[in-house]
Amino acid sequence: MNVLLDNLGLFGSAFLATIELFVVAAVGSLLLGLVLAAMRVGPVPVLRAFGTGYVNTVRNTPLTLVLFAFAFAYPLLKLVELSFFARASAGLILYTAAFVCEVIRSGINTVPVGQAEASRALGFTFTQTLSTVVLPQAIRSVVPPLTNVQIALLKNTTIASGFSVFQAGGIYQTLSERGYNVLVGLLWVAVGFLILVVPLTVLQRGLERRWSVTR
Amino acid sequence: MTSVLFDVPGPRARVRNLGASILGGAALLALTGFVLYRFAAAGLFDGAGWEWIQYERIQLLLVASLVNTLRAFAAAAVLSLLFGAVFAAGRLSDHRWVSRPASVVVEFFRAVPLLVLMFILYFGVSRSLGLNISAFWAVVLGLMLYNGSVFAEIFRSGVLALPRGQSEASYALGMRKTQVMMNILLPQALRSMLPTILSQLVVVLKDTALGFIIQYPELLYQARYLGSQGQLGSPLLQVAAVVAIIYITMCLLLSALSRYFEKRTRRSARRPPADPGAAAASDLVALGNAPHGGPL
Repeated sequence: MNVLLDNLGLFGSAFLATIELFVVAAVGSLLLGLVLAAMRVGPVPVLRAFGTGYVNTVRNTPLTLVLFAFAFAYPLLKLVELSFFARASAGLILYTAAFVCEVIRSGINTVPVGQAEASRALGFTFTQTLSTVVLPQAIRSVVPPLTNVQIALLKNTTIASGFSVFQAGGIYQTLSERGYNVLVGLLWVAVGFLILVVPLTVLQRGLERRWSVTR
Repeated sequence: MTSVLFDVPGPRARVRNLGASILGGAALLALTGFVLYRFAAAGLFDGAGWEWIQYERIQLLLVASLVNTLRAFAAAAVLSLLFGAVFAAGRLSDHRWVSRPASVVVEFFRAVPLLVLMFILYFGVSRSLGLNISAFWAVVLGLMLYNGSVFAEIFRSGVLALPRGQSEASYALGMRKTQVMMNILLPQALRSMLPTILSQLVVVLKDTALGFIIQYPELLYQARYLGSQGQLGSPLLQVAAVVAIIYITMCLLLSALSRYFEKRTRRSARRPPADPGAAAASDLVALGNAPHGGPL
């Protein structure tokens, strides 16, 4: 208990940084994932091929490798200078977006064919069909898997501790410098993540109850 | 499947799509061209930066780290499948005092970040309890605890997804619980779960890269090490490119195997779904059941 109480400030700021990283990456990956999903189901062959290629490659790349590239290889390219935090967020967004895209796409496939056919018959364009008819229904059915992806993202933020981003995954280093018991500290970090997952699960249940459609 | 979202393009739509193709293609080409240009400017394609690859010692070093990666993967795969089988059996048990603790263990290890598990094993246990766990075992045991719990959920949902008639019929024939599980349920469940199991193995393979963070000498660690060698000209980009290609190729091969089995199970399904929507729906059910994170 001492380990937690003596270092409450450290735990607080570290978990706050984790939440910050998570929120940035979650919003970014949802947006990028949506765009990728639209590319993959759209009528333009080039974009469709790009979407498929991107998803297949990124899903088979270790996240550590992505973050490694952003942390160590990116500076060598001498583009815009970014902080470690920004680079870790970029890596997490690019990685998670591929999974978000797959979830949304499978959601689109669950919408009965008649819905899209009816909207086409009414003269809707592809963009209108997707954004006003199909996606609103698809999003409802993908709430559980989408939340699971975001929970995985929350846990994946710890990997950034290997790349100079201060957050909950890196608490143990400071603790061991201060001479505290690292094992106990790490167990508290685990408990912290259990606590962080709870609101996400509650949100998922709530959205599911509110949005579920009977088919 | 998804082609119902838009009509078969007529003459005007074809022109529009062509325009979008050209525009999108040009944008993508410009982007990749720019990235490649920056890489070239950073010396990725200069012969001098690639000299290191001719040294036998370095080739052997890379092979050794590849072997380290594969060794951790193989050990973790076997152990996590075992762990998953044991805890799935535990959760499916009729005895409360077995199934409850098993559920707690599985839920706990699924909710804790894998890297934190590895830290607990590598820094926590070895420093505080005096048990010396090498980086190799920290990686393998961490992967075992996390992926084993995921496998436990996969196995459990696979057995529960079978039609109830299967187990009812075997009980009616007078079989015991163990017999029902071993002879009737598991053989069917395993076959339908094979693609999911394989794609989870891709996750195991991907996550061996986490060993980099706790200094396990796998491929990424070697990339960092070789990339910082001044006498080789610090070829970080070059080594990282090689390592990335190795990792991605291995994962793609495993994914392709998973897809192959998935196609085979789909084809041999006794009752082909009447409409494609049903197949997609079953996809989503599988996704929804996917444990925290799914194949991420």
